[in-house]
Amino acid sequence: MSLISMDAPGRETLLMGNEAIARGALEAGISVAAAYPGNPSSEIIGSLAEVAKELGLYVEWSVNEKVALEVAAAAATSGLNALVAMKQNGLNVASDFLLNLNMTGIRGGLVVVVCDDPAGISSTNEEDSRVFAKLADLPLLEPSTFGEAKEMVRYAFEVSRAIENVCIVRSVTRISHARGNVILGPLPSTRPVPYFDTTRSFSALPPSATHPVAHRRLNQAAEMFAESHFNSYCGPATPELLVIACGAGVMFAGEAIDLLGLESRVGLLKIGTTWPLPEKLILDHLRTAEKVLFAEEVDPVLETNVKALFADHNHQLPRITFFGKKSGTIPDLGELSPGLMNRVLANLTGTAVPHVDPEYAESARDALENFSPFRSLAFCPGCPHRASFWAIKKALALDGRNGVLFGDIGCYGLGFLPTGFRQPKTLHAMGSGAGMASGFGKLHDLGATQPALTVCGDSTFYHAAIPALINGLHHRSNFLMAILDNSATAMTGFQPHPGSPVDAMGDPAPPVPLEGLCAAMGIKTLIRDPFDLDEASMTIFELMQEPGTKVLILRQECALVRAKKAPRRYRVHVDPLKCIGEECGCNRFCTRVFRCPGLNWDVSAGKAVIDEAICAGCGVCADLCPRGAIVKESA
Amino acid sequence: MEKDPYNVVVTGVGGQGNVLASQLIGAILVEKGLKVTIGETYGASQRGGSVMSHVRISEKRQYGPLIPSRCADLVLALEPSEAARVLGEFGNPATISVVNTRPVYPVDVISGDLTYPDIDRLFEKVRSLSAKTYFLPATDRALELGSPILANIILMGAAAGAGLLPITEDDLARAITERISASKVDINRTAFRVGAELVKETNGG
Repeated sequence: MSLISMDAPGRETLLMGNEAIARGALEAGISVAAAYPGNPSSEIIGSLAEVAKELGLYVEWSVNEKVALEVAAAAATSGLNALVAMKQNGLNVASDFLLNLNMTGIRGGLVVVVCDDPAGISSTNEEDSRVFAKLADLPLLEPSTFGEAKEMVRYAFEVSRAIENVCIVRSVTRISHARGNVILGPLPSTRPVPYFDTTRSFSALPPSATHPVAHRRLNQAAEMFAESHFNSYCGPATPELLVIACGAGVMFAGEAIDLLGLESRVGLLKIGTTWPLPEKLILDHLRTAEKVLFAEEVDPVLETNVKALFADHNHQLPRITFFGKKSGTIPDLGELSPGLMNRVLANLTGTAVPHVDPEYAESARDALENFSPFRSLAFCPGCPHRASFWAIKKALALDGRNGVLFGDIGCYGLGFLPTGFRQPKTLHAMGSGAGMASGFGKLHDLGATQPALTVCGDSTFYHAAIPALINGLHHRSNFLMAILDNSATAMTGFQPHPGSPVDAMGDPAPPVPLEGLCAAMGIKTLIRDPFDLDEASMTIFELMQEPGTKVLILRQECALVRAKKAPRRYRVHVDPLKCIGEECGCNRFCTRVFRCPGLNWDVSAGKAVIDEAICAGCGVCADLCPRGAIVKESA
Repeated sequence: MEKDPYNVVVTGVGGQGNVLASQLIGAILVEKGLKVTIGETYGASQRGGSVMSHVRISEKRQYGPLIPSRCADLVLALEPSEAARVLGEFGNPATISVVNTRPVYPVDVISGDLTYPDIDRLFEKVRSLSAKTYFLPATDRALELGSPILANIILMGAAAGAGLLPITEDDLARAITERISASKVDINRTAFRVGAELVKETNGG
C-alpha cells in the first residue's frame, strides 16, 4: 500500500509536496491523471500511477504535455475529474490547447498543476507560469505549505466544477520538492461513469461567443475566491509594513518576522487565490498601510496586479510606497530564501539582523573558500552519454569540417560541460536540437560547409523531435540525428515512454520502436552500442559523409537503471605495473580528459586508480587507456 | 527537542542517499507528533553535485523548507568536504557534526583542475567549526555490510546513538517497512546498530 492511497482520515504523516498534491486529487475523486515528466512536477503523476490500479483510476505518462492535457480534457468533458501536471516548460507546450479549451470550458473537473522552478534548479529556463492564468482567463491558486497544497487541489476541483472551466494550481520547487506534515482526509468511494453528452458541443469557434463565457466563468471564480480561507492576515491592525506574500514566500516572510521579533510591527497578508485577486480583502488591508512589500517568486505577478487594483481605487486609499521586484528590493529572478527575507525586512524596519561571532564567520568563510572544492555536474559513472559524446567528439575531429552539434533536453543536456567534452553547441527546448539541425542542414544550399548533427534522447524523440525529423527529411536537409537511447526518461526518474514495454500503471504496453518509426519514414537508420567506441565513432563519421537526413541510434541502458537489476559488467582495476603515471605521454588522459567519477588519480603514487565504491563497471575507460593499464575482467 | 526549531542538515554527494535518510528521519519524527519540514535540492542529485537536505523539527509550527544561514544545530555529512561546505554557511559555535571520513572527489579534482583539501587539515577545519564532531568510517563499514549506500543509515544510527536524534532502531524498521520495503529492514537495522556502536567508540571532540 502506498502512503497517498491510505484510507486513514485524520492521520498526520510526512508527504512530499507533490504527493500532497496527488493526495488532494484523490480526495477530490479524480478518475484520470496524465502528464509528461518534468521536475519539479514528476512525482505527482508518479505517485498516482502507483495507486491507479488499487483505486480504479486511469493514469498515463503521455507523449508530451499537450497530449496529457488533451487526455485529461477528454475525461473532463465526459463528466469526470481529471488532473494534469507539468513543469513550467510543459505549460508552454500545452498552452496552445489550453488557450482554446478555456473558451469551451468542460463539464467535469479539470485541474492543471504547474510546478515552477524558480532559479532553474532542475530546468534550463526560469519562467513564471502564473501569467498563463491571466492570458487564459482561468483562476489560479498558490499553496504555501504541504498541507495546503493538498487542500487547495481538492478545492480547485470544486472551483473547476462550479465554473465549468479549468482551474490552475501553481506550485514551486520549495513546495513540490519539499516534505512536511499533511493530515489525510477521506477518500471518495465511488466515481462517476464517463459519458460524453453529445447534445452539447465544445467548440472554441466563434470566439465572439465563447470569450465572453470565459470571462463570466472567471468572474464566478472571483466571487468564490472573495471569501476563501486560503487568504488570511496575521499581524497588527495598522502595521508599519504590510507584507503581501504567496507561495513559498509566505513561509520565508513569516519566519523572518518571527526571527527579527517584528510580530507587533509587521503584518503578513497571505494570498492563496492569486488570480483573480480577492479584491475587497486586499483593499481593506491597503487602507491600513503606508508601506507594502511583496514576497513572491520569479515575476512580479501579484505585485503588478495589486498595483493595478491600487490604481483603480487610489482615491479611497492612502499614499503607499511599494517595495518588491520593481523597486529592486527583491531580485526579479531566482528564489526567495530566509536569508533574503531577513535582510529585506531588517532594512525596511531598521532592525538589526542577529549577530554572528566575527571570528567564527571568518573561519566559516575560509571553510567555503579553501575546504569545499566546487563540484561540477557530471554524467554518472558508467553513463552511456559519456561514451556517446566521446564517439561524437572523435568523429567530428576525424571529419575536420568543424561540424556543429545541436543539443537537446535531457541528462545529455550536460554535454555542453566538460563531462560531455563540450560537444553540443545549443540547448533550448524539447526537440529544438532536431529542428535547428534540420534548418542548419539546409544552409548547405546557401554555402555553409559545416556538417550538422543533433543528439536527442529516446523520450525527447517521441515528445517533440519527430516533426523536426520529418521536416528535415521532406526538405532534403543534410543532418545526422543521434538518438541517445538509454531506455528511460532518466533525468526525471526513469518514467516509461512510448518506446517502453510497460505503461505508467505497470501494464504491458506495445513499444513503438524508434528504428521502426524512422524506417517507416524511409530514413537510413543504424543502431550502435556507444560502449563500442571505435565502431560508434566510425559509424558517425561515415554517416556524416552521406547527404540527406540520417539517424543513428546509440543504444545502451541508463547506468542507474541497469545497476538496479543487473550486476556490474566488469570488475575494473588499474594495473600499477603498466600505469606509468606522469612518465606516460598520455598526460593523465583517463582522469584529465575522460573524467569519469569512478576514476581517480592517486597523487602520492602518481598513478590512476579505480574507486570501487563509485565505478559502475562499464569498462569503457579500459578501451581508452593508451597503455592498456586499465584492466577489465568479466564480473 | 531541546531547541525549537531543531535544524538538521543532511549533506553529501549525489547518489549517497542523503535524501532518503532525511525522509526517514522526517517520517519517524512526524509519527512522534512533531512538525517536520524537509527541503531538498536534488535536481542534479545523481550527477555528481553537492546535495543537501534541510530537516526542520518543531513542536509548534511547520517551518519553511530552508534553514537560515548559521542556524544548523546538527550536520550529518556523508562526505567530509561537504561538511565544511555546510558548516561554512549554516554552522555556528553550537553546531554538532557527524561526519563520514571517506572523500568523494569532485570530477574537477579527478581531472586535476582543482585539488582536494589535505584530509587532516579538512578534519581540523570541520572540528573547529563544530562544538562537537564525530568522525566515522561509514562508507568503509557500509562496504563491509555489502553496499556503500548503507553509509546514510550508519550515520543516522550514529546520530541517534550520540543522543542527537530521538530515533530508535525500531522506529527505523517501521519507517522502512512503510516507506521502502519490509525486505530491507534487516540490513538497515544492522547498519543503524553499526552506527550507534561506532559513535560510542568515537570520542566526539
